[in-house]
Amino acid sequence: MSESDQDILVMEGISKTFPGVQALDNVSLTLKRGEILCLVGENGAGKSTLMKVLTGVDRPDSGRIILDGKEIHTRSPQHAQSLGISTVYQEINLCPNLTVAENILLGHEPHKMGRIDWVKMNDLAGETLQGLLGVDIDVTKLLGSYTVAIQQMVAIARALDIASARILILDEPTSSLDVHETEQLFKVMKKLKNEGVGIIFITHFIGQVYENSDRITVLRNGKLVGTYDTASITRVELIGKMIGRSLAELDEMTKIKLESSKHIRREALLQARELGLAGSIRPFNLELHAGEVVGLAGLLGSGRTETASILFGVEKPDTGTIVFDGDVVQDYSPLGSITRGVALCPEDRKAAGIVDDLTVRENIILAMQASKGWFKYLSLREQYEIAEKYIKLLNIATPSADQPVKNLSGGNQQKVILARWLATNPQVLILDEPTRGIDVGTKAEIQKLVLSLAEEGKACVFISSELEEVLRTSHRIVVLREREKVAEFVGEVDENTIIHAIAGSEA
Amino acid sequence: MKKSAIPSFAWKNITESRLFFPLVALSLILLFDFIFIPGFFAIENREGNLHGSLIDIFRNGSTVMLLAIGMTLVIATGGVDLSVGATMAIAASMAGILMNPSALKNEVFFVTDPYYTFQPLWVVIVAALIVALICGLWNVVLVAYMRIQPMVATLILMISGRGIAQLITNGLRVQITYRPYAFLGQGWIVLPFSLYIVAIVLTITWIMTRKTAIGMFIESVGINFRSSFFSGIDEKKIKLLVYTFCGFCAGIAGLVASSNVRTSDANNIGLTTELDAILAVVIGGTSMSGGRFSLLASIVGALVMQAITQSMYAIGVPAFALQAIKAVVVIFVILLFSEQVRGFARGLTAQKKEV
Repeated sequence: MSESDQDILVMEGISKTFPGVQALDNVSLTLKRGEILCLVGENGAGKSTLMKVLTGVDRPDSGRIILDGKEIHTRSPQHAQSLGISTVYQEINLCPNLTVAENILLGHEPHKMGRIDWVKMNDLAGETLQGLLGVDIDVTKLLGSYTVAIQQMVAIARALDIASARILILDEPTSSLDVHETEQLFKVMKKLKNEGVGIIFITHFIGQVYENSDRITVLRNGKLVGTYDTASITRVELIGKMIGRSLAELDEMTKIKLESSKHIRREALLQARELGLAGSIRPFNLELHAGEVVGLAGLLGSGRTETASILFGVEKPDTGTIVFDGDVVQDYSPLGSITRGVALCPEDRKAAGIVDDLTVRENIILAMQASKGWFKYLSLREQYEIAEKYIKLLNIATPSADQPVKNLSGGNQQKVILARWLATNPQVLILDEPTRGIDVGTKAEIQKLVLSLAEEGKACVFISSELEEVLRTSHRIVVLREREKVAEFVGEVDENTIIHAIAGSEA
Repeated sequence: MKKSAIPSFAWKNITESRLFFPLVALSLILLFDFIFIPGFFAIENREGNLHGSLIDIFRNGSTVMLLAIGMTLVIATGGVDLSVGATMAIAASMAGILMNPSALKNEVFFVTDPYYTFQPLWVVIVAALIVALICGLWNVVLVAYMRIQPMVATLILMISGRGIAQLITNGLRVQITYRPYAFLGQGWIVLPFSLYIVAIVLTITWIMTRKTAIGMFIESVGINFRSSFFSGIDEKKIKLLVYTFCGFCAGIAGLVASSNVRTSDANNIGLTTELDAILAVVIGGTSMSGGRFSLLASIVGALVMQAITQSMYAIGVPAFALQAIKAVVVIFVILLFSEQVRGFARGLTAQKKEV
């Protein structure tokens, strides 16, 4: 009984479907008074959707939210705030050109004779910052003149001030903070916790999880994996839960993989030598061979995507070189890479992949046409031939090649992007999270496709948050941690070894 | 697949065509003219040349049509070019001063010989167009290479351009008396000569964008420049092309406009036409945020703009009140036919259903 008295928030059986994706599937969560609950999971696990449901941005398809023993239906973030649920987002959404005090009290300034009482306002803001958070700054200065950490504090102060918040959601607040600033934030979190505020803390940094939280809730693929006391779960166990390590079924994939590994060429097709970019990825060496799938494993932010974009020339390296087919690469640009025969299927399908108003046909031929230039325009007949070929090959579900690609489901859009890159007939194919947000069936299809492409003599790089998937498709696995290549495994490796490498702990 | 193609040729296919709404707008205005202005559709044959109010819409609309062609491409990349009016003035000043350089000596010198020119016609035209291209290049440097927002970047030339034009003509209006030049805007070969210029520019632009990959790249950059970058499309090169081309079109429009009024008037040539051109493109259904475009629809949009002006004059709206009346009609047209508002209306009805 006393246990349930402690629960300030209970979310029960929350489900939410977006077109084509089951974002949340029967997820439950409890938050106690004066506790820090860490919500962890890889991208697409459903963390942010769950928080959006809680704060009223999205409405759940089913499930209940109980706050202080009463069922609530949050209609909007403002409504949630009035109920005492405040959120501080990763990107600070305050006005840098207003003063700190104005930011904190915007919309509910103290008035005197119909005008804003500036003295009182500055006093109030100062009190809030100092009293609640123990931060002593000049509240009359512009917000933009302070560091990101202070701005973060101001955001928290605003969140707490609007309604005496009982629940505070911190969505990756530390991703743009340095070590010292992070410490300052943690102090504030502990202070609030002691005052009885329930805190939901979302982060990708495992170290911070252990430093701060009382309990950990793990989500994966929209499902609840479990909730654990922080003291009772080891790092390796936790990461295992996050990335999923159901014992790999020895299915046909393994057979295909064994078979295809015989075709791997000895000499390297692409060599990265001490390739690096300050602030993005530490210098690393990497060899890609024709006929081989190289998996990149690591947590989010470990440098997987950075590695891919530097190999493809999205960003210019500041150290090292790439040697492609014996020649040192001079032209670091996507176009240069495409003409060399390197393709990158980017991680962010919406922002960097599809061109949503163009048709399926145009999306498929886009990169191929770009490499041909402005004037060697493919005739319509050729365009249709290519489009139809890949629609058939990849089983793209579309009424016709003339359908705007935005009308397709996520999985089919992903296949269109894949088709775009296959059409350029690349020798090196880099796939960054090609299976994210895609249903299980399509995932298996894409994994098989990657292996068959390798068998045809392409060198593939396969990046995924799901370790299981990386293990299943890759001949060789490169592990990244904190923007650095830390290990490389060839042949059959068991998952524990890799999880240890990812976590950076001894086996 | 064949099956679904047949019924889709029906009503829906027509309404979804990009030309449908601009054409409806134009028809409505012409219908208004037909009912309220007697003789609006009368076409007279003078010495083998056709004259009449309808022809005038085309002739007077030719500058906006020329601007709209260039503007369509710029807007399709997600940008906008506010400087086309000023570019027109610069090109016109350049042309004027090369035909009649007396203004440079600070004297107003009226050339009486209609066949006198200081420089041959081809030099005049080429020099004016080169200056217009330079204006376009200046915009590209700001927009693509210095990453200034197109509206701000082109505003610079919009404001400074008229000053530059004044500098070229030494602050004087240059009278144009050279008869062959006047043919550009005032000549007739059955139809007004300026229409042939529009037709040629339109055809060249259509071939350039639709018979090469350029049109698709422009749209792709306008819809999602990051995806386009990842696909190997050089966004800067595309912008270089469209902004200089837009300047080029503005240069031609400047020649036609100055030829039409027989003066290089740095203050008034092309004044506020940039807004007419932008409106023409918007009426033509190209989104201001970039993406899919249709040159022909923009041309119809330009005609809609001109038809409004012409009709207002015809029913006796005084010139000083014209802008206000035009604004009202334009708002109406845009509300009815703009893609965004239609989307908004759809959203409203959908919300109602939900409630």
